[in-house]
Order: sequence, then C-alpha cells, then structure tokens
Amino acid sequence: MASTIRLAVCVLLSRVPVGYILRGMKTIMVLLLITVLFNLFLTPGRTLVSFWKFTITWEGLFFSIKMAVRLIFLIIASTLMTLTTSPNQLTDALESVLGPLKKIHVPVHEISMMMSIALRFIPILMEETDKIMKAQMARGADFESGNLINKIKAMVPLLVPLFISAFRRANDLAMAMEARCYHGGDGRTKMKPLIYKRRDASAYVLLCAFLACCITTRVLGI
Amino acid sequence: MGLKIEDITYTYDSGTAMSVNALNHITTEIPDGQFIGLIGHTGSGKSTFVQMLNGLLKATSGHIYYNGEDIDADGYDKKKLRSNVGLVFQYPENQLFEADVITDVEFGPKNLGLSEEERKKRAEKALELVGLSEKYWKASPFDLSGGQKRRAAIAGVLAMEPKILILDEPTAGLDPRGRDEILGLVRDMKNKLDMTILLVSHSMEDVAEYVDRILVLNAGTIMLDGTPQEVFSHVEELESVGLAAPQMTYIMRCLADCGLPVKTDALTVEEAAAEILKHRDLLPRRGGRNA
Repeated sequence: MASTIRLAVCVLLSRVPVGYILRGMKTIMVLLLITVLFNLFLTPGRTLVSFWKFTITWEGLFFSIKMAVRLIFLIIASTLMTLTTSPNQLTDALESVLGPLKKIHVPVHEISMMMSIALRFIPILMEETDKIMKAQMARGADFESGNLINKIKAMVPLLVPLFISAFRRANDLAMAMEARCYHGGDGRTKMKPLIYKRRDASAYVLLCAFLACCITTRVLGI
Repeated sequence: MGLKIEDITYTYDSGTAMSVNALNHITTEIPDGQFIGLIGHTGSGKSTFVQMLNGLLKATSGHIYYNGEDIDADGYDKKKLRSNVGLVFQYPENQLFEADVITDVEFGPKNLGLSEEERKKRAEKALELVGLSEKYWKASPFDLSGGQKRRAAIAGVLAMEPKILILDEPTAGLDPRGRDEILGLVRDMKNKLDMTILLVSHSMEDVAEYVDRILVLNAGTIMLDGTPQEVFSHVEELESVGLAAPQMTYIMRCLADCGLPVKTDALTVEEAAAEILKHRDLLPRRGGRNA
C-alpha cells in the first residue's frame, strides 16, 4: 500500500506522461501472464474454485496478485528512473554515494566510469549488431529458422565480428582517453557537478523513512 | 529483365512521432548489363535504397520486381534473391569471421546449400577474381592489410555468383591506390562476368570514370537520372544539394569562360586533354618556336 502511494507520488512529480510509462508494460505482458497463471493454479492451500483438473486456492489468488503488483511496480519504477535520469547523472550519483568507500581503497571512480562507458556503448553495439546481421544475411545467413543448435551455430558469424569491433572500439577509446591525459578520479573537475539541494535531502529522508517502514512491517509481521 | 522499382517509399519508425521518410515514391529500373552509379549526399537515402533491392528492408509502400516477380510476395525465396542480387556493405571487412580467408568466402555458397566441391570451386574463383593470390587463402582474414581484407570480403559476396552486384561505397577509407584497384576490379568484373553493377559513391570522379548511367538521390527522391554527361551538365543543381561535378568539368567550364571554344562535357582527364588538344592552335604558345 505504502509503495503504491510512493510510486504514484513519484510518477506525478516526475511529470512524465502516464501513457509513456504504461507503454513500457506491454513488453512484460507475457511474462506477467505466465507468472500470474502459474501462481494462480499451482499454489497449494484452501480451495476457492475448482473445475476439471484445475484448482484455484485463496493463497494462490493472493500470491499471484502480489507477484503481479510487484512486477508492475518494478517496471514502472525502473522506467521512471531511466526516463528522468540521464546515465551520466546516474553514474555521478553512484560515485558520490559510494564516496565513503574510497577510504578503504575501493576504486569508486573507476567503477562508475566503467558503468557510464558500458551504458554509452549499448546503442552503438546495437547498431553494429544490426549492420553485421544484415551483411551476413546478404551472404545468405539465416538467423531465424532451424532448431536451437542451428540457431546458436548461426550466431557465430554475428558474434565474432561483433566482438572484434567491440575490442577495437575499446582500444580506440582507451587511446583517445590517454591522448587527453585521463588518469582517473583525483583532482578531476566536472562540467556539471552534482550539487545537493534541500529537496535532495528531503528525498533522502523520505526514502529512508519508507525503507524503515517496510522493514519494520516485515519484521513485525504485519 | 533486371530489377524494376515501382513507387517505393520507406519510412523509419513509421507510426510514431519520430517517423522519417527515407525514400519518397521512387520509380526506376535497373536493366541487365548496366553499370550504374548512385550518388547523393549523406542521408539522402542511398543505403536504405540498396538494402531494399535485396530484401533486407521491406518497402513501407510500393513494389520491387526481380525478373518480373514481386520480391515482397508471400513465399518469395529471399535467400535466392540475395544470391542473385549481391550486396557489398560499407566497410565489408567488418563481416569477416572465419579462421581463414577461403572458409570465409565459402560462407555464402554454404548458405546456398551447395556441395563442398562446388563451394570450394566458387570461393577459389572469386578470390582469383579479386586478385588475392593463393598464398593468402589459408591466412587469417584478420592478418591481411586493409585493402586485402576488403577484397576478401567482396569475394565473399562474389562467391554467391550474383547477377546484380551492389557495392555501397566500396572505396571508403582506402588510399588512392587501393581505391583504383577496387574500382578497376569492379570494371573487370563487369566486363568478364557480364554483371549488372550498382556502385554507390561519394566521389564524382570515380563515378564519372566508370559508369554508364548515374542516378542522383536527394532527400529520398531521384533528382537526376541519365548518362554522366547529361547528369554532370546540371552542375548548379548538383551543387545546390551538396554534390558537385568532377573537377575536369569545372576546368573545361573555366576554359570555355576564358574564350577557348571547348565542349564542357569532358569528365575524365583523358577526355579533357583530347578536347583541349583539338584546339591546340588557339592555345598561347610558350617555350620558343619549336614547342
């Protein structure tokens, strides 16, 4: 219940069109349906309805609703985050949250740098995959038909060039970074520094309060 | 027979707010045996257009006929089409993946379901055609030089023995010598194998020197279509869409403006030289009486 309110408030505050968020749900519809069906029919407990070989139990009903709600919330929350926060902001935040770990020599800056590079390369690699796939299809490759083993075999002409180009890109990037004297986090300034304001603090407080609530209700078994 | 393109339109992300019309109602024909150059600036729809010709992209509307058959009809064998209409992508060396060159070239024939002997025969023929000698056949494609890699990749498409060969900027990123070699190779193939060739290019000089017909694409429509002489006589129109005529055309125009009565349709250095020498007696003499 509390999660519902919190999520609703977040959605409203973010001013992202609700339709946009709901559209993201389409992709998990199948997964959602399977989860609900399995839980509905396969949970043992007090019988609610039964017909032919199937029985629906009270426990199954509650459990499946709970699972569905969880899944939906998970998707809405993560969609909301990616729609409102740029990958750069995300990694900056990660770096500042993990900041204290620097004291015990955890390479925080490097980890967040790796993350932002990884995020940056996803669209590039997608495009590359599409290109190589088409090039191999022009040579008569078939990525769709056949059984599982044939399909896996068909991936070789796609994966080998993809890996080679990924390594080449990584190499180029490393070279470009070195050419600009990149040497890691110490003393590096940012173009858009992350500045904490009052509302960030209040968001932190609210989040902590919410987590505390969740944990206490769980522990007390309500 | 060749390819017949009838009123095709292609829209990226159709139905969304971000839809972009890459091609607008294109109608043209690619008859057998022609050597056609396709030019247009970046984003004019060249790559989209060529990918439709072998069925990698499906037209949003319109039809493409290969030898009279609609390639988007249900049950049309796309694999067969792709073996007849070979497409060499930009930077084709990025598609190499096998442990040695000859196995890589055999990939296409293998996908066509040919016997091992036939595969080998075709691969060897293709490699000889692109000028990769036998000592490279067992080498790893990744150990070859840039130009050799590209030739190996082109051989990979040739081994399917297509009737129509489409090359999407085959000379991009090569040095002048590599460029001449590849283009010479394309011309040889045209002559030896009697293929239809569609060459996508940015370079007006390349196109002017090699092809018999030019298609100019601009903003998804065909702006000009004709022989190089015809197309390059529209210099102003070409310039207005970010293209240009070959340098020789400019030189000849300049000479004509200076009063030398030369024809301005020369496209290559040889043609220009011959045309200028026709008017030898009008040229100012230098270097003494015997010059």
